[in-house]
Amino acid sequence: MGQFGIGQPVRRKEDVRLLTGRGCFTDDIHFAGELHAYFWRSPHAHARIEGISVDSALASPGVRYVFTSRDLIADSVGFLSAEAKFESLAGQPMHKSKRPILAADRVRHVGEPVALVVAETLEQARAAAEAIVVDWADLPAVADCAEALAPGAPTLFDDLGSNVAVHWENAPGDKVDALLAHAARRVTIDIVNNRLVPNPMEPRSAIVNYDAETDVATLYAPTQGVRGVQSGIAAKLNLTHDRLRVVSPDTGGGFGIRGKVYAELVALVWAARKIKAPLKWRSTRSETFLSDYHGRDQVNHATMGFDASGRIVALKVETLLNLGAYMSENGPRMPINGGGRIIPCAYDIENFHLSVKPIYTNTAPTDTYRGAGRPEANFLMERLMDLGAEACGLTRDEIRRRNFIPQTKMPYMTQMNLLIDSGDFVGCLDKALEAADWGGFHGRRAQSEQLGRLRGIGIGSFIEQAGGRPLEEMRVKLDEDGRATIFAGTFSHGQGHETVYSQLVNEFLGIPFEEVAFVQGDTDTAPKNSVGTFGSRSSMMGGVGVKRACAQIIEKGKTIAAHLLQAEPRSVVFEQGRFCVGPASVSLADVARAAADPARLPDGVTPGLDENFVYHRDPEMFNYPNGTHICEVEVDPDLGTVEILRYTAVDDCGVVLNPFIVHGQIQGGVAQGLGQAMIENAVYEKGTAQFLSGSFMDYGMPRAHHLAHVETLFHEVPCKTNEVGVKGAGEAGCCAAPSAFVGAVVDALRPYGVRHLDMPLTPEKIWRAIHNPAS
Amino acid sequence: MKVSLTVNGETINRDIEPNTLLADFLRDELRLTGTHVGCDTTQCGCCIVHCNGHPIKSCTVFVAQIEGSDVLTIEGLAGSDGQLHPVQEAFRDRHGLQCGFCTPGMVMMGVDIARRFPCADEKTVRRELEGNLCRCTGYQGIVEAIMSASGARIGGH
Repeated sequence: MGQFGIGQPVRRKEDVRLLTGRGCFTDDIHFAGELHAYFWRSPHAHARIEGISVDSALASPGVRYVFTSRDLIADSVGFLSAEAKFESLAGQPMHKSKRPILAADRVRHVGEPVALVVAETLEQARAAAEAIVVDWADLPAVADCAEALAPGAPTLFDDLGSNVAVHWENAPGDKVDALLAHAARRVTIDIVNNRLVPNPMEPRSAIVNYDAETDVATLYAPTQGVRGVQSGIAAKLNLTHDRLRVVSPDTGGGFGIRGKVYAELVALVWAARKIKAPLKWRSTRSETFLSDYHGRDQVNHATMGFDASGRIVALKVETLLNLGAYMSENGPRMPINGGGRIIPCAYDIENFHLSVKPIYTNTAPTDTYRGAGRPEANFLMERLMDLGAEACGLTRDEIRRRNFIPQTKMPYMTQMNLLIDSGDFVGCLDKALEAADWGGFHGRRAQSEQLGRLRGIGIGSFIEQAGGRPLEEMRVKLDEDGRATIFAGTFSHGQGHETVYSQLVNEFLGIPFEEVAFVQGDTDTAPKNSVGTFGSRSSMMGGVGVKRACAQIIEKGKTIAAHLLQAEPRSVVFEQGRFCVGPASVSLADVARAAADPARLPDGVTPGLDENFVYHRDPEMFNYPNGTHICEVEVDPDLGTVEILRYTAVDDCGVVLNPFIVHGQIQGGVAQGLGQAMIENAVYEKGTAQFLSGSFMDYGMPRAHHLAHVETLFHEVPCKTNEVGVKGAGEAGCCAAPSAFVGAVVDALRPYGVRHLDMPLTPEKIWRAIHNPAS
Repeated sequence: MKVSLTVNGETINRDIEPNTLLADFLRDELRLTGTHVGCDTTQCGCCIVHCNGHPIKSCTVFVAQIEGSDVLTIEGLAGSDGQLHPVQEAFRDRHGLQCGFCTPGMVMMGVDIARRFPCADEKTVRRELEGNLCRCTGYQGIVEAIMSASGARIGGH
């Protein structure tokens, strides 16, 4: 392992380009003759469309086309529907909504696209849209799960008698109910896990270039994996894949919600093919607020029972998920098998009942925002553990120590059939407590009290399930000079893959770091089985893919080297970039040169050193990043403001490929977790379901001054389910930070009898908790 | 209307609509796409450039307002020989960027902060970044980069 190998804090290759303004983001792209698209969106949360007239809009200056749903239906454009499949214990299948690309006879949330205006300039398109006339018939709307469940509530789908898509349970709950009823101690909690708007810094954007001669449309858009978007859009438009190329250039963040088959992208590709001109879509931030999938928005009611020594005997969780107006691609997976499945997290619990109801409301659909159900799961568990500590008379660290799955029980099969391969949960906890100087807290609290401030400290332990989809393909190709190019099926949108994968090739093949090139994000060059980047999967799926492709290169290289050295392939050893037989050796570059010349190859060996590896992972074999974060805060009781004084993160990400980059992923995840805990909240008005937080004016985003330095430490326990030993790092921070922060504030407010506060913990909320302790 | 200004040292003369925003002028007219537009309420800072030596949010300034001014964008920051500005170098060294979308605005703001606050402390830099949003990094790498570029000594990696 040299200076550029695994574990080295190598500076990123991506940076110079991005630092000098030479990145290429989708909105940077123009084509000659391009027309401009504008989506006209519903101002109503719930209404029937009794009639729609686009004549005035069409007559407006510069306007070429105004498309509505009837144009798409006439072309048999498909509907969007969920991939997820669930049923109740009694076998009742889940309702799955069918979403038209443009609203047809009904709109179900504010911002749902109704028409697509195409004009010579964006201003002309926007102005023309004002002239679209719709005969609306208002319908009553429901803004949240409580309203959607109320007796007599309006329903969103006529083929479903209520707004509950399914009542899913992991098993009948009577055994757990009985254990809870007889438990020595019992705690109950009600949690609202607040809705968030993911807000990658790049707004939604796309440009489609259609070549009428070849009948191929090229869609440029930020995604998280081009093949999924290609196949999804192609399916809706009844196209074969060779008719649609998808390119994602530099992508300004994704966080789980950009790699989707969005209605706008389907409409734009369809329209570009129709108008036979390049079609450019530039959305505003306000429009991005309405058109990206939202995150979280669960309501949990949970009860945990303990025996006399503080060991958990049973756990019951009832979750309501706000699906939004349509079930997204993943929808119910978040509280069930994508996210909720990690419950009971890192705790050794043998009796667990999970009940989930995904519910339609007149709000934007929710889907997989960073963590995708695991932040909600971990937050729930950590709040219960804190309450349990109080009920059992134990310290908050001790109750966790007593209930963590011990290493001696690993591999450990959870109640939700996840096999946890490795993890030293107590070790992470202890390391965090020491680094955060947990022991010295009382002295610091006394000092704060002297200044009239309330000091608190909170523990956020977590575990999450990473790896996602079990298929990926990576390709490594050597040219004649022995330089490598990686063709990735994963898709970096900030995670530094160009750098990390180059480190892997350097490690496995000995090729100098600067001589490794990197290609991603284009269906023309992407490996056939490309999937993409989400679910913290790339270090495992991409990492193993690169390792195996390199191994295949070495195998083939040995055969060629043996021929060059006139030895048996069996006797060839690959070391430090050279193929050796005793004292004789040839370099990888020598072999690459020979590989290009058929005359120098042994019989039966094809020219080139160019290997694809299709990684078919066991679908149930995930990896389990875990750790403990500790947050220390100071509350000003007069203002309700909170200052984060100290934040310590101990993470087990398995083998750390580049500590520089992994620290960045932890810090970024922590910032999003703290954002949820402190300030972020996507709000729909009760009764009307009007969206009240639709811009950065109304939706609080965490800024540098809200946050503090995060001390990031690693506790490496190599993963046993992949040969690179990695555990995903991308979503860890947002699974740990909310409970560490909320636990700290609740700890600070203990003198006022506060046991729990729902996020976001704004100054107003904290102030009210202090000054109105009864509420 | 006709406007004349200097952008990255080059004199620019154009005939534009009076309501042309500087950000759109830079991106669409001059094809200097390094400056980004991330929001519509002047809050994200992705569009920050320098005008007569001071940072401004180009999404909220009409070109007409700065007739005759000297504008510096991210593309003009590095030396003509390609040598990175110390702030750019510091961002690279401290992992102050991930996706790169907020980066041009962060760097331009960082240049200004480092100039006004030699040996800047953490609290100052965090406060001075109030007008800049980042969703990827959690700000830590950015704060360390600006502190380092300002001459402050911070822990190594």
